[in-house]
Amino acid sequence: MSISISNISKSYGEVTALSNISFDVKPGELFGLIGPDGAGKTTLFRILTTLLIADEGQAMVADYDVLNDYRSIRKSVGYMPGRFSLYQDLTVEENLNFFATIFGTTIEENYDLIKDIYVQIEPFKNRRAGKLSGGMKQKLALSCALIHKPKVLFLDEPTTGVDPVSRKEFWEMLKRLQKTGITILVSTPYMDEAALCDRIALIQDGKILEIDKPEAIVKHFPKSLYNISADDMYNLFVSLTNYEHTYSVFPFGEFVHYTDKRDLIDTAIVATYLEEQGLTDVQIAKTQPTIEDTFMELAK
Amino acid sequence: MRIIRYIVKKEFKQIFRNKGMLPIIFILPVLQLVILSNAATYEIKNIMVGYVDADNSSSSRGLVERFDASTYFYVTNKFASEKEASEAMQGGSIDAYINIPTNFERDLQKDKINEVGVFIDAIDGSAAGVINVYISQIIKSYNKNIRLDLIQVSDGVQKTNNIDSIPLFWYNNTLNYKTFMVPGILVLLVTMITLFLSGMNIVREKEIGTLEQINVTPIKKHHFIIGKLFPFWVLGMGLLTIGLILAKVIFNTPMIGNLGLLYAYTSVYILVILGMGLFISNFTETQQQAMFIAWFFIVIFILMSGLFTPIESMPKWAQILTEFNPIKYFVEIIRMVMLKGSGFTDIFPLAIKTLAYAIVMNGLAVWSYKKTT
Repeated sequence: MSISISNISKSYGEVTALSNISFDVKPGELFGLIGPDGAGKTTLFRILTTLLIADEGQAMVADYDVLNDYRSIRKSVGYMPGRFSLYQDLTVEENLNFFATIFGTTIEENYDLIKDIYVQIEPFKNRRAGKLSGGMKQKLALSCALIHKPKVLFLDEPTTGVDPVSRKEFWEMLKRLQKTGITILVSTPYMDEAALCDRIALIQDGKILEIDKPEAIVKHFPKSLYNISADDMYNLFVSLTNYEHTYSVFPFGEFVHYTDKRDLIDTAIVATYLEEQGLTDVQIAKTQPTIEDTFMELAK
Repeated sequence: MRIIRYIVKKEFKQIFRNKGMLPIIFILPVLQLVILSNAATYEIKNIMVGYVDADNSSSSRGLVERFDASTYFYVTNKFASEKEASEAMQGGSIDAYINIPTNFERDLQKDKINEVGVFIDAIDGSAAGVINVYISQIIKSYNKNIRLDLIQVSDGVQKTNNIDSIPLFWYNNTLNYKTFMVPGILVLLVTMITLFLSGMNIVREKEIGTLEQINVTPIKKHHFIIGKLFPFWVLGMGLLTIGLILAKVIFNTPMIGNLGLLYAYTSVYILVILGMGLFISNFTETQQQAMFIAWFFIVIFILMSGLFTPIESMPKWAQILTEFNPIKYFVEIIRMVMLKGSGFTDIFPLAIKTLAYAIVMNGLAVWSYKKTT
């Protein structure tokens, strides 16, 4: 196993950040940690990267124990913290050189690994890191995290605050990196990114809700899900919330995602109810649950 | 070694790219030295003095003229009554006044003795003390002269028996306060800049998040610390050099002792300050916090360093506290070496304490520096 976590708990005073977390990440896997802000993702990353010591439980990274072999771990992992943490007043090249040096290597030695990413920012190599755009900063940070050819790569919310195009590019880079055999643990609050991982763990309030392949995780959704739309979205939402048979209702883009307490329902009954509430143009259609729906359901 | 060298290189790059910091590092100390050395003086000059002359005799006018002739006093005006003079002092327009009683001259000739009232504004106690000494000196010398006059007038065979003290001021024979202050202020600027910069430096990495990234790397604690602090050590030595050049060129401060010895001592002294800076860094989260704590210590260190007020006149407990004040050692040693020409054996007891301090301080700082949170 590249990462194996068993019964990890951590609290900050009264607040429990992680409670009894266990899961494994296979070598070469792209594993996603999906959860909202404050779910405990960063705490888990900090424990795995030896920055923080867990209250209970064991964890192994690249076959090293996080407590006893933290020195070996620091040599063999790459970590990209949530916020941009390179030297803004050093140039792109200087930053990369700096991290290469403190890992006891050089840019040339591992150029192959970062080439793909670095060529995109190389034209700006004499620009200060602080003057780069958000997407380029991410690429530089990733290059710096990769420069020593780590076995395991930790990416803590790498795409938060990055534009959609750069986000897409970033994930493509991760996919390519994965092919070189690096194990990647990535956290994100974006459910759409979850679908790009090999496996995901849904995490909330320091607890793992579910671990599975993204396409399998939606099977954990227990009910039939309906897309409902009408002329007045607000009224539609309020009406459904007050409906006695409603199991769950969430706004979802141009629709409202709705589940019913009854197992097999006739959608016409719901439509009639909504029309009674003064709504027109009511449309109800069955739909496939997404990871987000599953998450909302499991987090209930 | 390669790692340390690279970090040092990186630090220097960052220092010189920080356009806001550069003038603070190099221009402020110069201004500080020039302004403080000229302004921070113990000499009391331009004392505004008034008088009430109820006698209006040649003797009383003679006394007033004495004050007028002195460079320390500026005789403002003659008051009609003591009440008026007292009001003027209350209002702050005069620092002191002399009350010459009626029949001053007559009584002096008749009784050979007389009294003059001296009133001094003592809000600033030490200044009042100095003014008192000046006034007494003037009256005393006037006394001598008038005595001679009186002896001549009367058929005096009286002999005056007096012991006169003739002071010789060693090491600073013209009592030039700048000679005394410049080395001390040099200490200040070396200390302040190195403490502030080193204190803020590692905190800055915490603040911008780079420290977290670095802590995940296999870098050794001592590599990182040495790499980070060495540039400030160089900076401190550079500031000493700039300060010494200015002291020579602008103030012509004597440098009797061996400057090599001064540099050797400073190189140890800066280690104490850097250790302190690192220690502050370890216990703060933001540059602002670090700055506040550094200021707090600097103010105490300066006021208790013997730079402005002599340590000997502090209460016993305060004197014990000054043992923990690195600035005290440096102020003492720089004055000893520059003004007295003290050699290695003279400064050895103080230097060894500084060295011990450096070891303890850096030991604490390195110990409290943790790569995990």
